[in-house]
Amino acid sequence: MSYQSDLYQQVILDHNKNPKNFREVEGETHSCDGYNPLCGDKIKIHMRVDDRGLIEDVGFSGSGCAISKASASMMTVNVKGKTLGEARTLFEEFHKMVVGELDAKGGGHHLGRLAIFEGVREYPSRIKCATLAWHTLVCAIDKTGETTIE
Amino acid sequence: MDKKTAPFDVDKIRADFPMLSAKVNGKPLVYLDNAATTHKPLAVIERVRRFESEQYATVRRGSYALGERATEMFEEARKKTADFLNAGDPRQIIFTSGATQSLNLVAHSFGKSLKAGDEIIISNMEHHANTVPWQILRDELGVVLRVIPVGDDGVLSMEGYAKLLGPKTRLVSVTAASNVLGTVNPVKEIVRMAHSAGAKILVDGAQSVPHVRTDVKDWDCDFLAFSGHKIYAPTGVGVLFGKYEILDSMPPYVTGGDMINTVTLERTTFAKPPQRFEAGTPAASQVIGFGAAIDYVNSVGMDKMAAYEQTLLDYGTRVLGGVKGLRIIGNAPHKAAIISFWLEAAHPHDVVTILDDLGISMRGGHHCAQPVMQRFGVPATTRASFSFYNKTSEIDFLAEGLQKVIEVFG
Repeated sequence: MSYQSDLYQQVILDHNKNPKNFREVEGETHSCDGYNPLCGDKIKIHMRVDDRGLIEDVGFSGSGCAISKASASMMTVNVKGKTLGEARTLFEEFHKMVVGELDAKGGGHHLGRLAIFEGVREYPSRIKCATLAWHTLVCAIDKTGETTIE
Repeated sequence: MDKKTAPFDVDKIRADFPMLSAKVNGKPLVYLDNAATTHKPLAVIERVRRFESEQYATVRRGSYALGERATEMFEEARKKTADFLNAGDPRQIIFTSGATQSLNLVAHSFGKSLKAGDEIIISNMEHHANTVPWQILRDELGVVLRVIPVGDDGVLSMEGYAKLLGPKTRLVSVTAASNVLGTVNPVKEIVRMAHSAGAKILVDGAQSVPHVRTDVKDWDCDFLAFSGHKIYAPTGVGVLFGKYEILDSMPPYVTGGDMINTVTLERTTFAKPPQRFEAGTPAASQVIGFGAAIDYVNSVGMDKMAAYEQTLLDYGTRVLGGVKGLRIIGNAPHKAAIISFWLEAAHPHDVVTILDDLGISMRGGHHCAQPVMQRFGVPATTRASFSFYNKTSEIDFLAEGLQKVIEVFG
């Protein structure tokens, strides 16, 4: 039996096994609980944002599948040091990529290594796994308390 | 070969199910999600096709020949269902859209007779469809909801049940077989105890009726709910069995056409059961297809099916039990052919995605039974659920697939 996958690429498997910023942050200013009722995945985003709207530190806690965990891990790496506005733009680009509205191979976006998640579009039932952390990040930015992705 | 399986020709059975030759992701389909829904034999597909292309008309309305014949076929399905459950009087069979609606019918209609302080007993192994309607009643009426605990092996605590029963118990609503743990509950004893306490009893038969012979007279249950699509019939049809005198005492649930005697602008008198609970044009095609599904399982033989499914369960338990880091959740001595498990290497959603790439359709998630997940301390499980059309070679293939999962995440 041979197995090859566009979804479970090595980078994703590595982030699942050794997630980055899998922790709370000191002096947290923003947070949100994200929940995917379909699978029961729960992710909480913790952020410290300074007066100018710069994300000084960001981490996540909770439990989920490899895709949601790796996505959360890579997201924290990519939004740390960015402004809230830049983080929101990244969310929008990431979302467009996984639903097939943005070709990561083309230019005009800021996705960088997040393009590894492009394969998710071939697995419609897993798109929410990839976007859970991002929706929760936006929820934390908006300070709405909790979010459920439907 | 085991004595019990010797006369069971699974390849011949498989030839009756067109979907079983389908390909998924370019691979032959290995379908192991039968607790969610089952495939349809040609006999059912053909019966629906014939009704819709040669015999179709609305039922219980048209006084023209087509309508009368359609009504007869619809009522034949009701009679077949009554016989299948050993229910006796077919007026005790109400067609619904599925087990969920059947359970809601009892909650909304029988539930109207309850008042604050009355008690309802469910268990910790119920599907959300047998949990949420009672929570809503609790919040609306102030009835008290009590929950029978489940042991670490997935067995319902009969001592716990005995302690919950009391003079205020009005209804017990439990599953005959758990859709996650596979546990088969001692329904007859559960019914006896409920009646001793003066309570009515509703049995959720969604996971049992398709797999073991059901005898509602022997059980003596007051209500039984199940779905057609899990017993090889089309979607959109389900059954609520209810003892006639209880049904006759219950108010309507959904109202409209076909469930009345007379309607004036001031008032309405309602039809007797089962019509009282079948408002609107019924799902005639589905009900007639459901009748054909009953004929089909009768032709194979429920007892032969059940014996063969038990051999699949035994084989699956042995083979999956040998997979490294795999923990089976639900180890009751009496189980339906359902194996839920937690694999150390990967989350259930990742497990089923990789299995799907290999052609295996299986469910990973909470199976609409989050209280069961909470009880066993897992966020989700992966579940293999078998039907009499599955083969041991498919279980071997699943085990190989799980090895692949372990390699990927290793």
